[in-house]
Amino acid sequence: MDTTTQLLRFITAGSVDDGKSTLIGRLLHDSKSIFEDQFSAISKTSEKRGMAAVDLSLLTDGLQAEREQGITIDVAYRYFATPKRKFIIGDTPGHEQYTRNMVTAASTANLVVILIDARKGVLTQTRRHSYLASLVGVPHIVLAVNKMDMVDYSQARFDEIVAEYKAFAAQLNLHDVHCIPMSALNGDMVVDRGDNLGWYQGPALLELLEKVEIDHDVNTSDFRFPVQWVCRPQTGEYHDFRGFAGRIEAGEVSVGDEVTVLPSGRTTTVKEIVTYDGNLQTAFAPQSVTLTLSDEIDISRGDMLVRSSAHPPKVEKTFDAMLCWLSESSLDKSRKYLIKHTTRTAKCLFSSVDYRVDVNTLEQHVNPTVSMNDIVRVAIKVQQPLVFDSYEIDRATGSFIVIDEATNNTVAAGMIR
Amino acid sequence: MKLVEKNMTKHTFTHLDALESESIHIMREVAAECKNPALLFSGGKDSIVMLRIAEKAFRPAKFPFPLVHIDTEHNFPEVIATRDKLANDLGERLIVRSLEDSIKRGSIVIKDASLPRNPFQSVTLLETIAEFGFDACMGGARRDEEKARAKERIFSFRDEFGQWDPKNQRPELWDTYNTRVHAGENIRVFPISNWTEMDIWQYIGREQLHIPSIYYAHEREVIRRGGLLVPISDLVQPKPGEKVEVVSVRFRTVGDVTCTAPVESTARTVEEIIEETATTRITERGATRMDDQTSDASMELRKKEGYF
Repeated sequence: MDTTTQLLRFITAGSVDDGKSTLIGRLLHDSKSIFEDQFSAISKTSEKRGMAAVDLSLLTDGLQAEREQGITIDVAYRYFATPKRKFIIGDTPGHEQYTRNMVTAASTANLVVILIDARKGVLTQTRRHSYLASLVGVPHIVLAVNKMDMVDYSQARFDEIVAEYKAFAAQLNLHDVHCIPMSALNGDMVVDRGDNLGWYQGPALLELLEKVEIDHDVNTSDFRFPVQWVCRPQTGEYHDFRGFAGRIEAGEVSVGDEVTVLPSGRTTTVKEIVTYDGNLQTAFAPQSVTLTLSDEIDISRGDMLVRSSAHPPKVEKTFDAMLCWLSESSLDKSRKYLIKHTTRTAKCLFSSVDYRVDVNTLEQHVNPTVSMNDIVRVAIKVQQPLVFDSYEIDRATGSFIVIDEATNNTVAAGMIR
Repeated sequence: MKLVEKNMTKHTFTHLDALESESIHIMREVAAECKNPALLFSGGKDSIVMLRIAEKAFRPAKFPFPLVHIDTEHNFPEVIATRDKLANDLGERLIVRSLEDSIKRGSIVIKDASLPRNPFQSVTLLETIAEFGFDACMGGARRDEEKARAKERIFSFRDEFGQWDPKNQRPELWDTYNTRVHAGENIRVFPISNWTEMDIWQYIGREQLHIPSIYYAHEREVIRRGGLLVPISDLVQPKPGEKVEVVSVRFRTVGDVTCTAPVESTARTVEEIIEETATTRITERGATRMDDQTSDASMELRKKEGYF
């Protein structure tokens, strides 16, 4: 592996019954990403449990606390690399807390692998996983039609499932859908192509993971720069240095560009793009840089610099959002919460809760109570204006978390409409 | 996700660039939102990478936090020399608190001065957190190291006993981090959570970082115990019947000198280490840590006791 490989984050959605753990185990094993000591540990456990072959699903087996208490920690992260890419897998257990877990893991993913059992076809849970992937705006979807060995590797069966799924996916905002027939158990079309699916001409899973185009997964046109930290060395040659440190969340910026500071609306130009490795002429998302500006304007953490252009973000105190409620205590409309959006934290309240989406049927239920795992449409009022885009246009400037000030827990994740 | 318009400019942004930018972003969130943070710095390779990331995050200013080392005094001298040199070269404040002080105070009781001290590091760490009132401690732990770490958040909330409660973690979405704590509580922050051993070595190569010489292959007196190479030191001497050999070795991790094992290697440069790392078949901790092999859940138990 050289140092020009890209990073791809993906998650797998499906239950143990769909062969999810076996798929991850197969991916790690066949790409030679399992170490001998890990393999010998799971071999021992497989033997202890009286299994004939090594159970690859044990690789994703959990902590002592999970085994003892029969619970599953929501998200575990696993890493592997091929000569082409480095991968981060967000592994979520498919249990009752599924909505919350999947939304959490999907929030940083470029791609989701949705597993289907070829015998069962498109199920309620397939629809749920797909809806959540579309809600969270995961750019690429892989429909993995697993257990093809159980349907005699039938092309007709695969085509039937794909047709049904595509009809459903068209109703959602899913753009880039790839369908792959496979047998994770036998290793067909995971890393190697195997001998059983000769009729399938598309890429095996790993090949697709290595090739899928991710350069445009972030918005590349509208410059968005939430100020994280103001850099004021106040010493020696840097006595008058005042830099605004942050990460470019979208678009790019060059020295000399006119930028607007929001919410104040003042404009200035970019004087320097400072990095430890030397000043840059142009910087782009998702680089972390420090900007100096031509004019002394009052700017602090929570402000956003944007290029003075045709697509300004909104600056508002009220907006609508889809919310995934994450907490065991229900949403309380009479209470104030904290909202953290980019680098700004403010008090907020929910002025209305319009409807809850049934993630299985996509039906809307009006005037709901809001409990853990619910997806709801809300109207939010914030104490001070936020600078935002709709989530559909920009994941970074359209997302937020809600914090309960009494417990400091993160109680909801939101996507601005 | 729908895009407004596709920009035709193609920028190269490698996995190392992506990891670095994420880590810088995390450190800046800590600096901006936490009242009194610290960066745990041992002189090991992961914490040396953390220092470079801090330079990238905060220069030309000073770091907005001190460096803190919880010293077991079971050290490899090369590591301590590197620790002091790097802190000095950077002109940053280094706070060292020693397990010996906790032993003198009576808050750590040990049977034998030569026994491994990792289990006791938590005590001195918690005492140091209390002494300085730190509300956030950044550490160089990585999720690929161990399965307990794989399930820990980047911002890992700890109660006033420093305990990690794996089933009561705050959901972490996008990169919007909840940094809030009540008085007396604190968080451990792991900016390089998503880096692997390979990423670390590639970054050390790319940034030409100075690391302790014992990470490179050298000749060393060792004895073979339970499949591991145990280095001979003042604290570890051969038992009757054990044979001392001189072997070309390097350390994949450095920690307590009594329980950190090197691996056989002839890799004398970063490039050679990267090549070995690409082909090794044993995990980093599996090959080097005697204390993590005592039980399937050793790390998980230590974390629950306040370990980072």
